[in-house]
Amino acid sequence: MLETALTLTINGDRLSLDNISPTLTLLEYLRQSGRIGTKEGCADGDCGACTIVVVGEGADGGWQYQAMNSCLIPLGAMAGRQLITVEGVAQGGLHPVQAKMVELGGSQCGYCTPGFIMSMFASYYDGQRDDLAVEGNLCRCTGYLPIRRALQSLQPVDAEDPWQARLAQTDADGLPALDYQGQGQRFYRPTQLSQVLALMADHPEATLVAGATDLGLELTHRRQQYPVLISLEAVEELHGIQPAATEVTIGAAVPLSQIKATLHGVFPALDEMLHWFAARQVRNRATLGGNLGTASPIGDLPPVLLALDATVTLASTAGQRTVAIADFFTGYRQTLRQPDEVIVSITIPKTLAPGATRRLSQSYKVGKRGTDDISIVAATFTLDLDEHNTIVLARLAYGGVAATPVRAIAIETALIGQPWTAETVQAVKSPLHNAFTPLSDLRASAGYRRQLVANLFEKFFYESASLRSTS
Amino acid sequence: MGKGIGTSHSHESAIGHVTGQAIYTDDQRRLAGMLHLWPVQAPHAHARIVRMDVAAAAAVAGVITTVTAADITGVNNIGSIVADEELLPIDRVSYWGQAVAWVVGETEEAARLGALQVEIEYEPLEPLLDLAEAIAQHSFHGGTQTVQRGDPITALAQAETRLRGEVTMGGQDHFYLETHASWVIPAPDGSYQVYAGTQHPTETQAAIAHILDIPRSHVVVTCLRMGGGFGGKETQANLMAAAAAIAAQKTGRPVRVRLNRQQDMTMTGKRHSFLAQYQVGFTHEGMITAVDVDLFADGGWSTDLSPLVVQAAVLRIDNAYYVPDFAVRGRVVKTHKVSNTAFRGFGSPQGVFVMEEIVERVAHTLGLPPDQVRERNFYRGSGETNTTPYGQEVRDNRIQRIWDELKTTANFEVRQGEVAQFNATHPHRKRGLSICPIKFGISFTSQTPNQAGALILIYLDGSIQLNHGGTEMGQGLHTKMLQVAARALGVKLSRFRIMPTSTDKVPNTSATAASSGSDLNGQAVKDACDGIKARLSPVAARMLDLYAPEELVFADDWVYCAGQPDCRVSFDAVVQEAYNRRVSLSATGYYRTPNIYFDKETGQGRPFYYFVYSAAVSEVEVDGFTGTFKLRRVDIVHDVGESLNPLVDRGQIEGAFTQGMGWLTMEELVWAADGRPLVTAPSTYKIPTISEIPEQFNVHLLTRASQDGTIYGSKAVGEPPLLLAFSVRQALRAAAIAFGETDWVPLASPATPEAILHAIESAKSAASVSVKSD
Repeated sequence: MLETALTLTINGDRLSLDNISPTLTLLEYLRQSGRIGTKEGCADGDCGACTIVVVGEGADGGWQYQAMNSCLIPLGAMAGRQLITVEGVAQGGLHPVQAKMVELGGSQCGYCTPGFIMSMFASYYDGQRDDLAVEGNLCRCTGYLPIRRALQSLQPVDAEDPWQARLAQTDADGLPALDYQGQGQRFYRPTQLSQVLALMADHPEATLVAGATDLGLELTHRRQQYPVLISLEAVEELHGIQPAATEVTIGAAVPLSQIKATLHGVFPALDEMLHWFAARQVRNRATLGGNLGTASPIGDLPPVLLALDATVTLASTAGQRTVAIADFFTGYRQTLRQPDEVIVSITIPKTLAPGATRRLSQSYKVGKRGTDDISIVAATFTLDLDEHNTIVLARLAYGGVAATPVRAIAIETALIGQPWTAETVQAVKSPLHNAFTPLSDLRASAGYRRQLVANLFEKFFYESASLRSTS
Repeated sequence: MGKGIGTSHSHESAIGHVTGQAIYTDDQRRLAGMLHLWPVQAPHAHARIVRMDVAAAAAVAGVITTVTAADITGVNNIGSIVADEELLPIDRVSYWGQAVAWVVGETEEAARLGALQVEIEYEPLEPLLDLAEAIAQHSFHGGTQTVQRGDPITALAQAETRLRGEVTMGGQDHFYLETHASWVIPAPDGSYQVYAGTQHPTETQAAIAHILDIPRSHVVVTCLRMGGGFGGKETQANLMAAAAAIAAQKTGRPVRVRLNRQQDMTMTGKRHSFLAQYQVGFTHEGMITAVDVDLFADGGWSTDLSPLVVQAAVLRIDNAYYVPDFAVRGRVVKTHKVSNTAFRGFGSPQGVFVMEEIVERVAHTLGLPPDQVRERNFYRGSGETNTTPYGQEVRDNRIQRIWDELKTTANFEVRQGEVAQFNATHPHRKRGLSICPIKFGISFTSQTPNQAGALILIYLDGSIQLNHGGTEMGQGLHTKMLQVAARALGVKLSRFRIMPTSTDKVPNTSATAASSGSDLNGQAVKDACDGIKARLSPVAARMLDLYAPEELVFADDWVYCAGQPDCRVSFDAVVQEAYNRRVSLSATGYYRTPNIYFDKETGQGRPFYYFVYSAAVSEVEVDGFTGTFKLRRVDIVHDVGESLNPLVDRGQIEGAFTQGMGWLTMEELVWAADGRPLVTAPSTYKIPTISEIPEQFNVHLLTRASQDGTIYGSKAVGEPPLLLAFSVRQALRAAAIAFGETDWVPLASPATPEAILHAIESAKSAASVSVKSD
């Protein structure tokens, strides 16, 4: 069923919009339509003041309330979805998260509060009561303590809770296919890969978009115009996570929060990096394919994929091909992906190198702020060791130190056959320090980045004793 | 009775906040014909404007006009204390991002597109950006401010030990969540209704009147509420409000302006970065005998409030310490950066930063525990040892009491041992523990603004409107004022509606600043309520057939005879009877702080009405590989007097501490070599998130702390707790030092992971050097 109208449900009201640009951000639409409870704090996806809740599919296939930054969402992406804004939360009386915030002094100036309420609303139904529920919301007044108290004092969801009941009643249908046009902008949302490829052939000028957490910045900051957008959100072949005995294949359009939930415990280095990857509102939208497609030199996940020897599968009308992640990044924001190709999936092998008996693998990320910051340096290390503690395979992958995510291949080679000891680590520290020629920028100096390249590997050594090894 | 006072009443707008119903300036319903502004920002830090052509902007569909300096009918100046700040430049831009013109459009998008078409030819000039270089070139705003006691130069020469040093500290963006917004609505009679996010509606009113050359009576400025201020909306709102006023005057249509985050961060002033040079003399026991300091504040391109910021730094630098011979000189440096402005603490944090650095260095140099050196140097006893360098006695000195109480509640001595134990067994991670005291003088340092007004209006159904001169930016001022009024009038809080702050209700107000909002406005509100009560009492007495109206009690919506609670009449009935008997049911209130003065020439006086005292213990754990750290625990004992509202006061303490921690550890302002700000969004400017807040964060309000002569015994709370974050900085330094065997390492501010790792490396290399020299 192909929809040509932009229909969505906000706070229970089913709306059918026409003559409105599909690249208007959801935040702009909400405020222009008088829903001024949702605030703009940055239009950058960083402050959370614009957080709204969308009914979305959870990792277990069931429906859940998901917090998202409305400032980064093109309106077209919300077609066929159910949204809740701060105006819709109180029904008859304050919602428990609202009541606790009032009682415990969780608001001062109140400007960030609607965003906090929406994050807390989503986490209330997830059962999350810790800081992670609001890690993507900035508050400049309270110091967060009353907000933390409010979160921690929330009771489990009542059996009679109307919102819980509403989730259970949500239709199981997936997102409908969409071909919408408004204000000279076209927004396609096909459901099959073949349709995507056909559309790309018809519209060479089209831009592919999934979660739009990067493209959203172009919309809000640079006011970039996109005459044709092709959304990958509803494409069946790009969804799903297939864990097998020897490898895991992740659909390119799977949101990171779903990867985090589904693959928890499978790849420690991935778990760790996803923990530090942006914040929940962004992870609920951002995809692995998007993180690769934008090819940012400071993307957090490429080092993980480099250190785990992942492969990338691309599709075009000519067929599919699979390339090693190590070959994928070709230059500053450039990849092997050809204009007529779509990233379909990413495959991460689980097998150890021949002769190895255990694997140590971990990720590190250093930013000016620990949480929700762009990396100064991100690193993932993988070492396969044999029964004599000798290094059989080494992967030292970094972000933030070169024009592309990159491996320290000379060091990796030098480590092969060496014992995994402090002496070995000391021996490579100096070459590691000089392995790359990073830049100085507003986040850090080149010198600090060089130090981190070496120090993080040493930190990995000292912490590896307590790391869980996989075999 | 104390009904309302001292209770943890939730913020008066809390329900509005959590439901999205609380309205901020730019949330109001758009008006028919409303126009929108977009700035044309200078792409140079310093340049001559050779030519400006706005014609191409006008050709863009939806562009109505453009506002430039030529459109100003009054005086093109919005300088707050010195007339050196052009609203719109005539021939020269002085900082990157300065608004050179504003394009007026039917839509914001039309104005934005129009702004792209404005053609300006610049002749770039050499910008002065570096603080040290500007000092060397004698680029200053105004003269030197000095406070001195004794003869520090002689005392330094005679000191057992001397040290000399220089420190710099970065500034800070306010990062209020709500960016600047103003609406200006012209009326056919030549008057203007203005809605602005301003901490100083009176000054915004004055700026607009000045710019438009109309009487102030023709400008009403209303502040509904602000989504955070922190000083960033004390003078800075005037820029946007005045630009919108010109556009409104020119077009006759309502005009709105709202800055996006990037515009806000590039166009408006921040906390001053400081450079300080100091000398300190001290005994082997760590008694500080002499201090001599020069403070230089980066004022940016115009004066704004900078001389007052420096005055605050000069007056509060002593913190909790008695120094017999003390001299401090402060100056405002002129650079080609955005004009720096008020920010919570207003220069005081920068001053105290220097003193804490000095005390810490003295302790580490002597190998003495810093907490002991701090304690030894406290203001104490009576006479000169309990008197500040500017000659004010430290009355009601609670420093030692708080210190002792905090050391106990924080289990300080035991944890010192635990930290030492941890550090002995962990080569790659080190902990640091630090305790810091705060003494903070309360009042505007100039005498005039220490006044306030209120207006109370009672209607015949017994409902009441409360107006006062203070603005609400989240600090809970309105909540406290409602509590004061309910107590003073003896009625339920629910009777009141607090009105948006507006210059047509209370005129000639002071900025809501200097932590003084509750102190000043609270007294004015009480004065207004007392005035009404004085009029209602005879009415009630007559209704009760009493002859002594002065013995009537107003409480719980009743008026009754003292000692005879049954002999009573309802407040509603008294109001109706007062009206029937033609007694006025509205009253103004007024207050001025008594007994404060300061002579700028001599640097002596009694500038502060009283002092706030506090102390904090912070414990950190630092990673030796990266310089990243975790704040493990914070303990605070804070003196708010007799709290008007513990929930609000606690929120102020926790929030200020966190903001101070952000300033000192992660919030870093960075400019390109040409003066372009590189940090213009939360993606690049990092303020603390919930994850940086320690799991253990214990705040104790000092008990038995009532203060004489203040509103219901309470004390100001807004600014002082920001300075408690020095305990984090000193704990970080202690941890860095623990990586080596050295006695002292410099630590840059903010102490980013990079700066901390640098300090660790310094500590390690100093240790290896000293080992070699043995």
